[in-house]
Amino acid sequence: MGNDLLPGTLDMLVLSSLTRGARHGYGIAQDLKKISADVLDVGESSLYPALQRLLLNGWVTAEWGASENNRRARYYKLTAAGRKQLAAENREFARMIVAIQKVMSCA
Amino acid sequence: MRLIRRILYFFGQRRQATELAEEMDFHRQMLEQESGDRHAANRRMGASTLAREDARAVWFPLRLDNVLQDLRVGFRMLRRSPGFSILAILCLTLGIGANAAVFSWIEGILFRPYQLVAHQERLLAITGTARGEAGHTSISWPDFLDLQKNCTLVDSFIVTKIMGTTLSLGDRAERTIGSIVSANYFDAIGVHPILGRGFEPGEDVGSNAHPVTVIGYQLWQSRFKADPNIIGKTQRLNGIEHTIVGVAPEGFLGTFVGWGMQFWVPASMEETFEGGGYKLEDRGGRWIEAYARLKPGVTLEQAQQEISAVAKRLETDFPATNRGRGIKLWPLWQTPFNNAGTLLPTLGIMLAVVVFVLLIACANVGNLLLVRSFARRHEMTVRVAVGAGRGRLVQQLITEGMILSILAATSGLLVAHWCRHALVLLFPARGGVAMTLPGEIDWRVLALSAGVCLISTLLLGLVPALQTRKIDLAGALKSEMSGVVGGAHGKSMLRSTLVVLQVSLSFLLLVGAGLLMQSLQRIRNLNPGFSTKGVLETAVDLRGAGYDLQRAVNFNEELLDRVKALPGIESAAFARNTPLSYGSYSSSPIAVDGYQPTPDEQPSVEYNQVGPGYFSTIGIPLLSGREFTRADNETSAPVAIVNDVMVAQYWRDDDPVGKRLQVKGQWRQVIGVAKVSKYQSVRENPKPFFYLPLRQDSTPGIALNMRTHLPAETIATALAREVHTLDANLAPYEVISLQEQMDRSTSPQRVAVTLLGVLGGLALLLATIGLYAVMSYTVSQSSRELGLRMALGAGASNLLRLVVSHGLALTTAGVVLGAAAALLLTRLLGNLLFKVSPRDPVTFASAFIVMTVAAAAACFLPAWRATRTDPARILRD
Repeated sequence: MGNDLLPGTLDMLVLSSLTRGARHGYGIAQDLKKISADVLDVGESSLYPALQRLLLNGWVTAEWGASENNRRARYYKLTAAGRKQLAAENREFARMIVAIQKVMSCA
Repeated sequence: MRLIRRILYFFGQRRQATELAEEMDFHRQMLEQESGDRHAANRRMGASTLAREDARAVWFPLRLDNVLQDLRVGFRMLRRSPGFSILAILCLTLGIGANAAVFSWIEGILFRPYQLVAHQERLLAITGTARGEAGHTSISWPDFLDLQKNCTLVDSFIVTKIMGTTLSLGDRAERTIGSIVSANYFDAIGVHPILGRGFEPGEDVGSNAHPVTVIGYQLWQSRFKADPNIIGKTQRLNGIEHTIVGVAPEGFLGTFVGWGMQFWVPASMEETFEGGGYKLEDRGGRWIEAYARLKPGVTLEQAQQEISAVAKRLETDFPATNRGRGIKLWPLWQTPFNNAGTLLPTLGIMLAVVVFVLLIACANVGNLLLVRSFARRHEMTVRVAVGAGRGRLVQQLITEGMILSILAATSGLLVAHWCRHALVLLFPARGGVAMTLPGEIDWRVLALSAGVCLISTLLLGLVPALQTRKIDLAGALKSEMSGVVGGAHGKSMLRSTLVVLQVSLSFLLLVGAGLLMQSLQRIRNLNPGFSTKGVLETAVDLRGAGYDLQRAVNFNEELLDRVKALPGIESAAFARNTPLSYGSYSSSPIAVDGYQPTPDEQPSVEYNQVGPGYFSTIGIPLLSGREFTRADNETSAPVAIVNDVMVAQYWRDDDPVGKRLQVKGQWRQVIGVAKVSKYQSVRENPKPFFYLPLRQDSTPGIALNMRTHLPAETIATALAREVHTLDANLAPYEVISLQEQMDRSTSPQRVAVTLLGVLGGLALLLATIGLYAVMSYTVSQSSRELGLRMALGAGASNLLRLVVSHGLALTTAGVVLGAAAALLLTRLLGNLLFKVSPRDPVTFASAFIVMTVAAAAACFLPAWRATRTDPARILRD
């Protein structure tokens, strides 16, 4: 999946997932899947480039830690800049959805 | 911030890669655990190498190892088909090399012409103008001083006036070119003598007051054997001992496009070298050619405004000398008083021509690449199938184009480097002095060539890259449909377009070369009004040797007697000036009985001073009256001979013999009418002209004309001996025929013809290769169709016709386009054309024939191969 999302949406989803606490990549994918009731099944090929983008922009930081089953996993954490970005993207997304709905209701 | 993170990432690259791998591994194992099925996990994850690549590409969109890989693959591709690579690189070398060479000439001749001179971008040429007259005039010294005093936007004004003198070296006289300059010259242009000094302020004041000279490096080396104690020694120049005060640095050749200066003297010595009396206090005596160096940031327009204001003031202050006189600034590349102006149109045309050649070369290589991209279609398809993005493919193709054009640019620059002094080879030496027209390969030329290289890279890379858009996986992996001769296949359309482009551009160049060749032919066959065969001319510079007028007259009389006595000499005569030479004629205001000039007309006609027997020697027919004899001397009645154009204009075609003509305020009797001939240039229109006897105009003759059937070399040796007997320190100049003189005066045309001829020939060759490549490829791709046609009963002649007609159709399209372009563009050849219409049908027809023959030759071989198709084998395959 992921590829079918609006461009940039995946980054926003990842950020929002991280507002509920630091997670590793697998955790983020699980979280998105669970909350979306299995609609959003994000694969490695889009998740990891997205995480790298967020790192590059300084919206998240990464730290190694122990996973639930006691294995080494890389945990991502939202930064202040990331929080601000999420808010901005949220607003933009809401605007977009309204716009799309308006167009679709005319169909 | 992003940059810093990128840099940090770059240095931790290896660790980052392992961390990413570990992280993704973990993800995969978790998925596996969750579903208990490894394959399912893998399916959900997708291709993990690609994901890793993508993740890293976030940090470095253009990856170095990708580039390296592309380079490796690119080189491998080129090595695998050496024939293609060599052909492509040669084509591009030609295109880029020709461009770089012309850039370097334009840079070295028009934009940065003066070696070692600082800040040439702020240097402007400066001349006078006269109201109602086209072109430019010189400037007087007092006007120059006023400019210097009153212009605030100009850093410095410098005077430089080219002149020549004769240096006697044993029994050989050598023409040497020097410059009369203002005292600030060396300081203003930032050139510092390597020995001694430049000129000091005040050395350009007074009449012959400061006989000092700075000599050129070359003169110092050759004539003075690089004497380190040269400063303070003297050298006789035009009869006056000059103290050598400085030696110019190596490579500094003065400030005159075309000729290298060997020595410099201050303006106070002007009358010694140019004659005509002391002019530094004469506002009407105009002799100066000058440059102005603007202050930084000042534009030509601003400076022109200020200078025009000064000229305006001079007009009101000194109406007697300055009424109607202006002063004009010129960008360096339009300098009217040196060879920049003469070469500008030729270089402009050459620039257009080499751009065409480059386009043809790019079209050619593009075509070759297209053919190859077709062959590589399978490779591309496979690469797409295993997940290469289109961007990645384009990157690969552009890298290959880049390798080709960088290799070609490197060798092209080498070619340009070898050719940088080639331009001067096309110009003959004049009076024994060779021209200097150096090309300059500086960073600007390099940058332009790199730009050319970049553009050709894009053109080359994009042609096949466009093709990758058409890659259709399913279709392409199956076997492909073969091409059809003459079919409107997308790809063959593109190839055909490129061929048509090449044919049309080469047709255009052929027409241009043809027109110039016709002009040159017309000029060659032109009757200049005097005999070009059997007349030799040379000169003995007596003023340069310090002779005064009386001594010079005596010397000439004696030399003439000796020359006439030489075996093989039919007649000989002195004159002040030879037709079509570099020297200019004097002109004088005239008055004629019964001719009433209009109020604003000041009749003024050019004239030459000639000795007895001049007309019979040089072969100008007299229409009535007689020519000058020895009796027409200082003591006899003043006389003149006029030409028939002057008769038509001032005597309304009445025979003027016996009537009066006023020249320089003195009345003279007209004793003869000469037929009009060419005076300054073969291209000039017939103009009024008259002649005065040498002895009556107090000028020693300089040019010696001799009628003989012996070759110039024989006469030269004999003449040198005679001159030597009369004065051991003297020697004559080069002895040449008037035909040679005429050829030299048409050198701009010959240069243009030679260059356009060579480049037009190359273009034709490239276009022929291009056509051949396309035709043979089409034939090889459509063997199935050809075989089928044969099987159905088509004979060899049918196939031959089919293939050749396809090629000729392309050629015809190209010729039609090229002809249309030529009809529009050949006008730009402007005054390089002589008595040839820019739409001359003969030239167009010849170009058409040449193009068609070349095209037919290019088509015939592939066509013949088509007839050898074995239908049985083809149909079986």
